[in-house]
Amino acid sequence: MPQPLSATATAAPSVATMDEPLRVGGMTLASRLVVGTGKYASHAEMEKCLEASGTDCVTVAVRRERLLNAAGENILDHLDVSRYTLLPNTAGCYTADDAVRVARLGRELLRDIGNPGAEWVKLEVLGDARTLLPDPVGTLEATARLVADGFAVLVYSSDDPVVAKRLKDLGAASVMPAGSPIGSGQGILNANNLRICLEYLKDADPDYPVIVDAGVGTASDVAAAMELGVDGVLLNTAIAHAADPLRMAAAMKAACHAGRQAFLAGRIPKKLYATASSPEQGVIGAVPARQPH
Amino acid sequence: MSADSLEITVIVNGQPREVPVGSTAGDLVAALGFAGRPLAVEVNEQVVPRARLADCRLASGDRLELVTLVGGG
Repeated sequence: MPQPLSATATAAPSVATMDEPLRVGGMTLASRLVVGTGKYASHAEMEKCLEASGTDCVTVAVRRERLLNAAGENILDHLDVSRYTLLPNTAGCYTADDAVRVARLGRELLRDIGNPGAEWVKLEVLGDARTLLPDPVGTLEATARLVADGFAVLVYSSDDPVVAKRLKDLGAASVMPAGSPIGSGQGILNANNLRICLEYLKDADPDYPVIVDAGVGTASDVAAAMELGVDGVLLNTAIAHAADPLRMAAAMKAACHAGRQAFLAGRIPKKLYATASSPEQGVIGAVPARQPH
Repeated sequence: MSADSLEITVIVNGQPREVPVGSTAGDLVAALGFAGRPLAVEVNEQVVPRARLADCRLASGDRLELVTLVGGG
């Protein structure tokens, strides 16, 4: 039975906006936006933006403790871990070995704080520092190893449908194709590749979760991705580096909801020629004959 | 110099560090002041769960990574 999940509903939502929650990697998420916690001007701004985005799942990175000041602030002092499911990433890893190590360290950190996100990971194995595009060979290898180690693996990938299919075959809990390079703000560069990814991944398995990860620049990019039929969008920089991050966080929430609803509603086909919205019968003036086509 | 003041060198987050002979990973974390802080520990590329830090005796040349969570996408 579909659950009411209207983005703003407090009272009973209209049947017209009912939706299923996002189910991915053993988690059930109310919001279809996954939001990163990097690059905010302050922890306080991050907290407000996460709230405004409506997300209940946020990504975090694993890094060396600088060991300068044990009393210093930690991001966990500013994240309500009873409210947010944390999704630790392997950002910055360029080999499968490093990604597996980082995933295991993230699992240990999250187990220690009792967050359900301990059992999953956002896998990134990068191939190139300029583009931050994924290394498909290393990504495939790390996916297999982490799946064997019991992780639910959500995999940052390119929008290559063949790689996407291979990742799913290896047991990835979600394939997360990039719309465009990380942090580039270029939006969805190849909607047709995403369409083919969706076809390959969801054919005979319509509930398989596909999340667009990376490249979002503004709200319409989120709506466009959701309208294609992806199950969620993961973004960070588009909020954190907007001129007004808090307002953009709210815009992303609205766009995600709008795009999802439009996908569920089913858009009209695109046609080359016009179709009148008002009746053609009963016009009092002269109507020119239609041009044959 | 008495025997119990002898030290060994381990590598912590890429930097050499002297610790007393017989130290455990738990002793090192405590000496750094991070006993109660969010931290995961890897010794020679193997994660050591917090509950086992006190049993993990360090040897000269051990490579430790002490990591935490930071903001990221």
